[in-house]
Amino acid sequence: MTDLSTFSPASTDSKYSVSVRDLTLSFGSLTVLGNLNLDIHDGEFLVLLGSSGCGKSTLLNCIAGLLEPTDGQIFINGRNVTWEEPKDRGIGMVFQSYALYPQMTVEKNLSFGLRVAGMPKEDIAKRVARAAAILQIEPLLQRKPAALSGGQRQRVAIGRALVRDVDVFLFDEPLSNLDAKLRSELRVEIKRLHQQLKNTMIYVTHDQIEALTLADRIAIMKSGVIQQLDDPVTIYNRPNNLFVAGFIGSPSMNFLRGDLVEEGGRIVFQTGGVSFSLDGYNASEPLTVGAKVVLGVRPEHIKVDRDVVGGEVHEAIVDIEEPMGADNLLWLKYAGQTMSVRIGGERRYKVGSKVKLGFDMTMASVFDAETETRL
Amino acid sequence: MAKSIPSARPNIPSARPNQLFRNLNSKIASIPMIFVALVIFLGGSVWTVVYSFTNSRLLPRLSFVGLDQYERLWASSRWIISIQNLAIYGVLSLIFSMVIGFVLAALMDQKIRFENVFRTIFLYPFALSFIVTGLVWQWLLNPEYGVQHIVRGFGWEGFVFNPLYDADLVIYGILIAGLWQGTGLVMCLMLAGLRGIDEDIWKAARVDGIPMWRTYLFIVIPMMRPVFITTLVIIGSGIVKLYDLVVAQTSGGPGNASEVPAKYVYDYMFQAQNLGQGFAASTMMLLTVAIIIVPWAYLEFGGRKRV
Amino acid sequence: MSNVSSPNTAVAGAAPIKTSLSDGPRGRRPKRMLSRRNIMLYGILGVAALYYLLPLYVMVVTSLKGMPEIRLGNIFAPPMEITFEPWVKAWAEACTGLNCDGLSRGFWNSVRILIPSVVVSIAVASVSGYALANWRFKGSELFFSILIIGAFIPYQVMIYPIVIVLRNMGIYGTLTGLIVVHTIFGMPILTLLFRNYFASLPEELFKAARIDGAGFWQIYSRIMLPMALPIFVVAMILQVTGIWNDFLFGVVFTRPDTYPMTVQLNNIVNSVQGVKEYNVNMAATLLTGAVPLIVYFVSGRLFVRGIAAGAVKG
Repeated sequence: MTDLSTFSPASTDSKYSVSVRDLTLSFGSLTVLGNLNLDIHDGEFLVLLGSSGCGKSTLLNCIAGLLEPTDGQIFINGRNVTWEEPKDRGIGMVFQSYALYPQMTVEKNLSFGLRVAGMPKEDIAKRVARAAAILQIEPLLQRKPAALSGGQRQRVAIGRALVRDVDVFLFDEPLSNLDAKLRSELRVEIKRLHQQLKNTMIYVTHDQIEALTLADRIAIMKSGVIQQLDDPVTIYNRPNNLFVAGFIGSPSMNFLRGDLVEEGGRIVFQTGGVSFSLDGYNASEPLTVGAKVVLGVRPEHIKVDRDVVGGEVHEAIVDIEEPMGADNLLWLKYAGQTMSVRIGGERRYKVGSKVKLGFDMTMASVFDAETETRL
Repeated sequence: MAKSIPSARPNIPSARPNQLFRNLNSKIASIPMIFVALVIFLGGSVWTVVYSFTNSRLLPRLSFVGLDQYERLWASSRWIISIQNLAIYGVLSLIFSMVIGFVLAALMDQKIRFENVFRTIFLYPFALSFIVTGLVWQWLLNPEYGVQHIVRGFGWEGFVFNPLYDADLVIYGILIAGLWQGTGLVMCLMLAGLRGIDEDIWKAARVDGIPMWRTYLFIVIPMMRPVFITTLVIIGSGIVKLYDLVVAQTSGGPGNASEVPAKYVYDYMFQAQNLGQGFAASTMMLLTVAIIIVPWAYLEFGGRKRV
Repeated sequence: MSNVSSPNTAVAGAAPIKTSLSDGPRGRRPKRMLSRRNIMLYGILGVAALYYLLPLYVMVVTSLKGMPEIRLGNIFAPPMEITFEPWVKAWAEACTGLNCDGLSRGFWNSVRILIPSVVVSIAVASVSGYALANWRFKGSELFFSILIIGAFIPYQVMIYPIVIVLRNMGIYGTLTGLIVVHTIFGMPILTLLFRNYFASLPEELFKAARIDGAGFWQIYSRIMLPMALPIFVVAMILQVTGIWNDFLFGVVFTRPDTYPMTVQLNNIVNSVQGVKEYNVNMAATLLTGAVPLIVYFVSGRLFVRGIAAGAVKG
């Protein structure tokens, strides 16, 4: 029995780079993670996304071995590492505050772990040189962290993970301490690094742009539970539940609360005395008449005036206009609710003017008002 | 995903192995701390309290005599004087050092020039030992050569300021020295507290036209409550330990007019070889501190235990 | 009538006005150094400063006078004839009991007590603080709480049990014994100091070191120690002044021939035999106070930080 159990996970999980099984972590009566399962493929870029306190960093720390789970298991490359020390797990980690050792030069920072492990000097030098070349930080090797800019520091921090020559990279909000411009630059670099190295990367962030641009798959977390685990396009277009739908996208998805009623033999959505045909909506569960639901439509999936071709036409009044350069955001009053609509930046409207709207139901989402899950 | 879970399940242990040896280095490194906390502080205090109920004299013996030692203690006029002295010194020292410390800190906070010079001057006595402090003030208050002599030299022949040789005043003489040594610390703590107050409070008060003294009294001081409490506890627990200063300045004299509990304890333990009395007296000191600390600890940590 | 105003308007019209300033307040408001507020402020501070400085001044002038001059004059007067005789006497000849080799013996005793006590107490406390901040285990916070509460217990309560423990270990009355005592009583404040400092360092640094494979002692010696130099200086200031100024432990835990300087000073000044030599007494007092005073004046702001550390509740 015991023999079987110790060997079988290794064989079944070998296709996964990192597997988390029934992971539970609680501090006293407070449960941060409850029975969490997650499998990450070899070479995958997985982003853990959520607002602060959702347990995403906690999960990452558990994978790294910096926090001890209360229950459950963690496998890395098919090996049960639940009780292993962080250094023995075959991981490298990059932190938000860079966590560079302030009294050591960049070179010493990079080589510290290797020196602790007692690696021969020549090998250390080779590894450091390779990492420095990949990250283009050779000129900085003899400097102390205090003499580096934020972007340079983060590069060194990534380098420290690189020299360990591991299969799994863990990133804990690595770009959050940088300003907007540097952030987008380093984002591209991390993506390039992933394409070049093809390592498994687990990346924690609260920034949805980072998540959408970097991830192969995104795991959206809330209160220690993964709400949806999918590729970015699916997450964006077919959110599993109301939370995911509202969390992803800026400005947020428009939500209209109403009922499903029968009208002329078809099921339509009705709110504030207006009804919307649900033609083209790809329901994952059969829609039932009389159900209380929430209709979600993204601002860019509502067509305005000249873009409206055929289908049902609604009419609304412009309440506020927010020109943003490339885009123009209109806040509308319709059916007693507020809606936002994204149009081209060159199209301007006066406050109070009437606009025609067409809803693209193929891109819409309908959620059960009670369970908040997608229908 | 779901398929692999059953096979992984039996691998989860019910209990972690070798719980005791996890984080072993940290436990080894903490042995001195654990020893001091449990054996010396906790164990030592309990030991002393237990032996205060015995009639130990030269050596500690476990022959219990109930509250005899305490009855003897409270019947001793020397102990009563010690307690009275400590009460007078304690109350006045708290009031004066708080008031003087706060006033000095408030003055220092007026963006004055030479702030560092003033702070250095106010704080340097705190670097000196109570022995040095006591001896200096013994000299300054010396009736033949000190302040009294000087004032008489100005022509006021009848001037009397001789606290160290006057049984009724001697504790005030010690108080002067104690304040000289300790107010700098209070000033520093208060100043740190004042500096911790949001600049915008001052701006708001100025825009609203509130006079400065009112701002201090009704806005700043209430905001500094934690600082005041901390200071109170620090001074308070220092007062109970009052010993060196008395030894240096008066050796408890004249007669036993300036005796304090800490000196009573020392004398009975190490000179009079009456350990039981010493233990009883030190237990009373422990009780006094508990009366100061427990309410504070309750206020400070009671509401939010284990954050 | 219209001509009457012409001079003004003519001038105004001739030079086109770009910006017009009226006569009222303009620019920086004048400040007087001698405002009533400033006189009050600096007056009070000055008087207070005088009160704090006076004893030091009296100590210095008294120690530089001869006994005849002290008997005649007033203690505040500067010496008419400066003599260093009292200093020499205090250092090398003053008597305690039957010994007449001056304070120098106490000084060297204090040095011999000070150096190992400072080193050992800081070493032990820094490791404890580090363990508390970064390697918590079940019960570690409880022990720490007991330790901190213990800091408020009067020493008198714990002194006799310590005497017994040291006697059983055979180190009562020895230098080793006193080092142990100073380490014990330095423990709460120093552990608090180091714990708070290490806890204030970014936790991610510690995590990064663990990922790099460093263990308890490696992280302590190679990551934490090099970053903790300022707090070590603060701890040193705290301990040097504290241990040098100690009297009670010196009296209880040493023998007359190993008495620290404070105890010897008290015995010299408060000895009942012989003629009182106030100038020698003051020189001896100054000599004893010199070490902490030098530490204080040299360390400046760090000293303030050290005592403020005593006020920080963890």
